[in-house]
Amino acid sequence: MKIIKHSFDGVIVGAGGAGLRAAIEAAPHMKLAVITKLYPTRSHTGAAQGGMSAALANVEEDNWNWHAFDTVKGSDYLADQPAVDILCKEAIDSVVELEHWGLPFSRLENGKIAQRRFGGHTVKEGEAPAFRACYAADRTGHMILQTLYQKCVSMGVTFFDEFQVLDIKIDDGVCKGVIAYEIATGDIHIFEARAVTFATGGFGKIYKVSSNAHSLTGDGPGILYQKGIPLEDMEFYQFHPTGIYRLGILLSEAARGEGGILRNKDGERFMERYAPSIKDLAPRDMVSRAIATEISEGNGAGPNNDFVYLDLTHLGAETIKQKLPDITDFVRTYVKIEPIDEPIPVQPTAHYAMGGIPTDVDARVLSDAQGTILPGVYSAGESACVSVHGANRLGTNSLLDIVVFGKRAGQSMVDYVSSTKPFSLSENAGEDLKNKISNFIDKEHDPNFSVAKIREELQDSMEENAKIFRTEESLTKQTEILSDLRDRYQNVTISDKGKVFNTELLEAIELEYLLDMSDTTVASALERKESRGAHSRVDHVERDDSNWLKHSFAFKNGDSVKLDYKDVELGNYEPKERKY
Amino acid sequence: MDVKLRILRFNPETDRKGHWEEYNIEADPDERILDLLHKVKWFDDGSLAFRRSCAHGVCGSDAMVVNGENMLACQVLVKEVSNPIKIEPIRGLPVIKDLVVDMETFFESYKKVMPYLVNDEVPGERERLQSPEDRDKFEDTTKCILCAACTTSCPVFWTADTYVGPAAIVNAHRFVFDSRDNASKQRLEILKDVNGAFRCRTAFNCTTACPRGIQVTKAIEDVKRETLTIN
Repeated sequence: MKIIKHSFDGVIVGAGGAGLRAAIEAAPHMKLAVITKLYPTRSHTGAAQGGMSAALANVEEDNWNWHAFDTVKGSDYLADQPAVDILCKEAIDSVVELEHWGLPFSRLENGKIAQRRFGGHTVKEGEAPAFRACYAADRTGHMILQTLYQKCVSMGVTFFDEFQVLDIKIDDGVCKGVIAYEIATGDIHIFEARAVTFATGGFGKIYKVSSNAHSLTGDGPGILYQKGIPLEDMEFYQFHPTGIYRLGILLSEAARGEGGILRNKDGERFMERYAPSIKDLAPRDMVSRAIATEISEGNGAGPNNDFVYLDLTHLGAETIKQKLPDITDFVRTYVKIEPIDEPIPVQPTAHYAMGGIPTDVDARVLSDAQGTILPGVYSAGESACVSVHGANRLGTNSLLDIVVFGKRAGQSMVDYVSSTKPFSLSENAGEDLKNKISNFIDKEHDPNFSVAKIREELQDSMEENAKIFRTEESLTKQTEILSDLRDRYQNVTISDKGKVFNTELLEAIELEYLLDMSDTTVASALERKESRGAHSRVDHVERDDSNWLKHSFAFKNGDSVKLDYKDVELGNYEPKERKY
Repeated sequence: MDVKLRILRFNPETDRKGHWEEYNIEADPDERILDLLHKVKWFDDGSLAFRRSCAHGVCGSDAMVVNGENMLACQVLVKEVSNPIKIEPIRGLPVIKDLVVDMETFFESYKKVMPYLVNDEVPGERERLQSPEDRDKFEDTTKCILCAACTTSCPVFWTADTYVGPAAIVNAHRFVFDSRDNASKQRLEILKDVNGAFRCRTAFNCTTACPRGIQVTKAIEDVKRETLTIN
């Protein structure tokens, strides 16, 4: 195992939307490297489908304040309102900027960017669904990822593809760089850098049924959590209402934005009962709960009554072909159903982490609930928690988040690098990682302690005990299961002892991040004795603003989790009952 | 159902050349080929190497040769292929390990065709306008996920990896036919080169291989025709 040293001013970990946007901002001003465990275009931003909201008002009257109101209400009032204002205000320029860089948005007849309806987005603070989501068919994320990568190629940004960052060096509270593993060779690379942005995405692989890629294992949050940095609002995990039954593959909310309807086994449009005014376009937490309720009350379809239908049959072949080509292809490919003629079996699927690495609005990482800044470390996108999504993210706001706060992360890196001096990171900075890897390589393989077995039990049990509806009992049970899995993880072994493309080794290391993400999710959920947004406690069904209008901060405390809290930053919108 | 999986294995640390290994797997007919590879890796032989990420045909990681044809392992179900199932790495690129190939030449070719919008005019505060008709002209080629299924199915590419290949031409097409772009001429000059679009022999393998349904051969023909318009 060779150890190779590189010297940069700044390093960005992750090359999805947030990482690439940060790179575009930072690259002209410093010696910058983008490190990704995939190839940039493989990042999961590319799987986002429906759109990116901005009050362009291309279809109807709109303004960013309405967008902000919807985002705050959608968040069940847990989002920090000054951050939401930034998100919604800067949305407009961000969309325009992407268009200028070549993003092939779908167009209206007058040549402007097309906009469609999406869940929870309304005009005039709840009056009617709004045409706010700018889109490129149902592959908006793909187009954003491609456009940002193309821009990086044109700028000559330096990439380290298929290098996996596995450690950060923080000395005396100051960032000194990261340590990466080169997947093709097994070599260790020390990246000296005083500004580091984590844009590593989510961790949907803690659940069994998930829309997330296999690579979404919470690497960035995991690396920082293991160094004592807290994770914010981990109890708030979003389940998207319409994953393909059993597979969890995402079917965009755009399907309902274009007029699709959810139906139970009797063909009833059940969302009329749960959200009388905006029905199928209610926010995701409400729709997922409605589906779970229908299923638990015996109204689910199929032999096991465990799914509902997404009905697009009334939209017509032309609309489906023009506006929803990809998702209908997924249905044809994986379920062998023709969505033009038949309704699609769907169930909620683990989709998006509202929680993550705590940051301020300039993407600077916070090391405690009091707002202490960790110098030189930044995070943006799903790995971060600003918080603009609060307890429930609105559809389309994630694509917005990655560009708005990705850009801010890049700017913060520039500010920091220009005001600090280079330093040198010692040659033995890679020792910790080298030892971690050696432990796996040296330990004799025991199939009873395989990565896959522990991970499967983790995903099954999280699905069972910490999904949409939670109770003290289910979460306590899950805490015990996680403790047992953690014990077994200490003995986990791998069979591949090689250096080249040893992905079994990487899966073993990623499993620890998944355990960290699960521990913090369950501990934060157990402690929060209220229901808010995506966090639904059957034993505490009401939202409790007097006690819980606050963000949780989960710290590593040996093998357990220690919690602290920070008040929500309010603004123009006082918390109100959330009805649609 | 019982499935026989034959995988062309190669470990550069122990093998001088590739060899076939066979795995008997209990599979559901609705499972993806990728699910079978995971079963081997997770419960039989952890050293099996392959790339994958999204598992539903949008990230482009897992192009491989299944029963002789290029496809994404996550996009094909067990019931759609004949048993035994033979799996090999995509052809024409050096194998790193098992089903993982070195993608560097592929991405170098992509970068050669200036795969980005070029327009130095000041665009103003709002979006540039583009009619739906103009937008439609390059719709098909925006779908490319750079999986390399097309390029590595091309008989010309197998014999000469200096040929930029179908994927690079598809990505050139995406900008050449975009009404907002001003660098078509430069791109077409690059594609007039001996290693450019005219090396295409219209075998149509690329079109068959594309997991996104892009009319790759047609896009190459469009580009060839367009090169005739420049001096």
